Amino acid sequence: MLRKRVIPCLDVRGGRLVKGINFESLRDCGDPVDAATRYAADGADEIVWLNIAAGEESWTALLRAVERAAETVDVPLCVGGGVSGTAQGRELLLAGADKISVNTAPLDRPALIAELADRFGSQCVVVAIDAARRNGGWQAHASGGRRPTGRDAVAWAREAAELGAGELLVTSIDSDGTHRGYDLQLLRAICKAVRVPVIASGGAGQPADITAALETGASAALAASIFHDGTYPIHELKREVAACGLPIRI
Amino acid sequence: MIDYGAGNLRSLRAAFERLGATVQVSGDPAVVAGAERLVLPGVGAAAPAMAALRSRGLDRTLGASTAPLMGVCLGMQLLFGHSDEGNVDGLGLLAGNVTAIDWAERVPHMGWNDVVGDGPPAVCYFAHSFAVDCDDLLVAARTSIDGRQVPAVVRSGRLSGVQFHPEKSASDGRRMLERWLAA
Repeated sequence: MLRKRVIPCLDVRGGRLVKGINFESLRDCGDPVDAATRYAADGADEIVWLNIAAGEESWTALLRAVERAAETVDVPLCVGGGVSGTAQGRELLLAGADKISVNTAPLDRPALIAELADRFGSQCVVVAIDAARRNGGWQAHASGGRRPTGRDAVAWAREAAELGAGELLVTSIDSDGTHRGYDLQLLRAICKAVRVPVIASGGAGQPADITAALETGASAALAASIFHDGTYPIHELKREVAACGLPIRI
Repeated sequence: MIDYGAGNLRSLRAAFERLGATVQVSGDPAVVAGAERLVLPGVGAAAPAMAALRSRGLDRTLGASTAPLMGVCLGMQLLFGHSDEGNVDGLGLLAGNVTAIDWAERVPHMGWNDVVGDGPPAVCYFAHSFAVDCDDLLVAARTSIDGRQVPAVVRSGRLSGVQFHPEKSASDGRRMLERWLAA
């Protein structure tokens, strides 16, 4: 039976692992390759790296880090942040990423999704959707959640899947950072609207939140701080989720 | 390891190197013809992959070779005949076709799933939207998608194929590669 995945997300800047404190100061937290290798050994089903830096120098440092990760990380690695065309997607895949994630670029130019899928296959293309509640629905945001686009998030999810996205990474802007659980209604709405796998993101505070997210129909749950601050080692969290009857790789 | 311009070869290469194998990545038919063992990787779509193999003459090299050959993911699908993905003919080294798994609840079939067959039970990482449809005699292990069985490992003489990504399947994947190298 296909297992539900638990995915730690790491913020990477200039090839280094960083953690934000209230979006203001970023702390250098070491080598993202070391962290990814540790998480993989602890039972992570997949790793996501989010490149939060702009600029060529950071991009090159990111590629070098992806190359090193491909040598040691023996679970899939998805890398996103700053991919605006097929050229950057190709660079990441050749460096050793298994999937690339795009967010803002396809909101400005949806055809990018089809270009990436045709070139590299749908299984490589993750479309990240940052959604915030508005008027009883959800609105898709661009630029790391800062720019509302006027697009309905569920309609955008459907369009992204039709264009060839192999997976959707759905983050609730309202829940992100609250540690009070995922936006389950958003997840249900999107899981119902599309047939591609959905990764839940934003709001995990405890294992029960991950269980609830996976029960909406989501194929995977992503979290950051609950893993990074050491509150829940991944293997322990997965055991708790499995104890609730969900198919989990132990 | 056959390089025909497909994407990520680095992690597959590293997985073999961690097991002590010496890996040469090459798209040169002369180098491929002289290899002790061959790995046909595959990321991307069937039609461009077959076009790339044919343009380098690698389809003939692989057909004529007597070395053990393992296809990985798309590389496994390319060992067979017709593929519905891009409506293209594969290498035709094994009898069978490749069809869409559009009957599954969610496509692609993405994530960790059981591999049950002639080896020890394993849980491996899959990422595919098409699957091989072939005679049971070729199927060494299966996985189950929404209650339907699809080939996860195929084997016939020197040829074998894995639908999952052993290089991304943690220790279970490592053991699969180990067994292939030892066989």
